[in-house]
Amino acid sequence: MAQVASITLLQNDDARPIIEAILADNPGVRVLNMHGAVKLDCDHSITIRRASVEERLGRAWEPQEIQLVLVSMAGNLDEDDDHFTLSWRH
Amino acid sequence: MTVKKLGLRQRYEHMTRGLDWETTYQKMDDVFPYDSFEGIKIKDWSAWEDPFRLTMDTYWKFQAEKERKLYAVLDAFAQNNGQTNLSDGRYVNVVKLFLTGISPEEYQAHRGFAFTGRHLRGAGARVAAQMQSLDELRHLQTQVHTISHYNKFFDGISEFPHMHDRVWYLSVPKSFFDDARSAGPFEFMIAIGFAFEYLLTNLLFVPFMSGAAYNGDMSTVTFGFSAQSDESRHMTLGIEVIKFLLEQHPDNLPIVQKWVDKWFWRGHRLLGLVAMMMDYMLPKKVMSWKEAWDIYFVEAGGSLFQDLERYGLKMPKYADIATEEAEHISHQNWAVFYQYTHAAAFHTWMPDKEHLDWLSAKYPNTFDKYYRPRWELWAEMEKEGKRFYNMALPQLCQTCQIPMAYTEPGNPAAICFRATQFQGETYHFCSDGCKDIFDGEPEKYVQAWMPVQQIFQGNCGGATVPDVLAWYNMNAGADNMDYTGSPDEKIWKEWHPDADVARKAV
Ligand SMILES: [Fe+2]
Ligand SMILES: [Fe+2]
Ligand SMILES: [Zn+2]
Repeated sequence: MAQVASITLLQNDDARPIIEAILADNPGVRVLNMHGAVKLDCDHSITIRRASVEERLGRAWEPQEIQLVLVSMAGNLDEDDDHFTLSWRH
Repeated sequence: MTVKKLGLRQRYEHMTRGLDWETTYQKMDDVFPYDSFEGIKIKDWSAWEDPFRLTMDTYWKFQAEKERKLYAVLDAFAQNNGQTNLSDGRYVNVVKLFLTGISPEEYQAHRGFAFTGRHLRGAGARVAAQMQSLDELRHLQTQVHTISHYNKFFDGISEFPHMHDRVWYLSVPKSFFDDARSAGPFEFMIAIGFAFEYLLTNLLFVPFMSGAAYNGDMSTVTFGFSAQSDESRHMTLGIEVIKFLLEQHPDNLPIVQKWVDKWFWRGHRLLGLVAMMMDYMLPKKVMSWKEAWDIYFVEAGGSLFQDLERYGLKMPKYADIATEEAEHISHQNWAVFYQYTHAAAFHTWMPDKEHLDWLSAKYPNTFDKYYRPRWELWAEMEKEGKRFYNMALPQLCQTCQIPMAYTEPGNPAAICFRATQFQGETYHFCSDGCKDIFDGEPEKYVQAWMPVQQIFQGNCGGATVPDVLAWYNMNAGADNMDYTGSPDEKIWKEWHPDADVARKAV
């Protein structure tokens, strides 16, 4: 069974540019829409790029701001100034 | 020279490291007296990582922003009389069970992380535990604020702290956290940070909260997801602590494995309450407990344990049994509460036809065979004026404190029953999982405050049901019994005079 890296975000305007950035940057991402939240799943790893979010948002954005719209996640987190990545190593 | 802004990594280093020191007036072992008796060996605390790299200044900024958003929703909900726009008056019973059974555990988590935030020797781990301690206090407060609005209209809510310490089924979550908090700091971190937060809280806060949204409760889903944004940090702490312990010393593995086995099983038993909330108490359903279990335990837990295999850590013992039970547990718990509705501070009911059909479709292997006929019989008895109440006090499992209502693995027609002798007394268990936990630390679990035994010993206000309910501060005739005929139903019908017609029409 492939290990699934996953992130769940709020379904709102603040999260939408992040959701769009994830859809654009992670080929094969699977979307589970729930009431109030959206779960995004990808085999092995899923990443959010700062540049992709800023492009859609039209302002500077720090990956730490994701905490304001984050609901849940699965995978080992690697966060830095320009990305927020969840992945399984094995 | 221009001053360059520090990167996330450097800022985190500066704000968390090098701020602690080796004590000289007192021995380090006297300052940190609790971090060695569990047998955990730590060679290098500086290897601790917080992948969120959250510092206190950023923490306050984000938390303040989350609170502003939450309270704006709560104001709007109250101003709009949001309680009148719920899917059905029955819905409020999940809110009651949440406040009496879950919110007080947020407070227990707050206390527990304050303790570990003081007693772990590494500064990085202490900072993370202190933030989590504050988060958990915030969770309690926002839940009490949110649900206080419902208290203006519905029963069963106002005595929640008193009930939490006394009522028989609330001893299930209470004893879970009492067990974790009376363990050492490392076991507490594995119990709450790893087993509970990482493996299991998704099941509570994601599909259930999504269900709150679907049922028109914008206030609960907002506190739920606001709390859950902190949970992501807590889950990360949980996974970090387990990796850290396993990387520090090979001797830690068997200790950690034992804790993972124990707390997975305890968590599975505790979440049976949530299973019942999802399958029986949400008038509009989002997904079944079994579906949620498959996503959040089988798939997400499976990925995680594949990752942890490299340290030699195995899937929790009895994970297969828990997955088998996911097709039974919500039904078996609802049967308990239906029979003991006279002693519960929320309302019960038998599912209507549409709901029965939904359960049949979601549980094709079990519902029609084992549960539907019983529900139909009980509904029939209600119609004949012979509503079934169980007036005998149930035998409780000495570990999870749940009435012995669960069935044998592989045989859902027989009650599972285990027993152990210890110091001349016999103790009873609902499962092999609960028996193993007792056998691992019998001296601890013989001290458990068992609600039924306490009633029989005369410590709960008297020998009759009215005596005990009075001791619980339960307002008999309003807080307890079926939804049909309750004051809750009466107020709902005043708001929605044609509610019954609409319910039958669907
Ligand atoms: Fe919490
Ligand atoms: Fe938490
Ligand atoms: Zn048990």
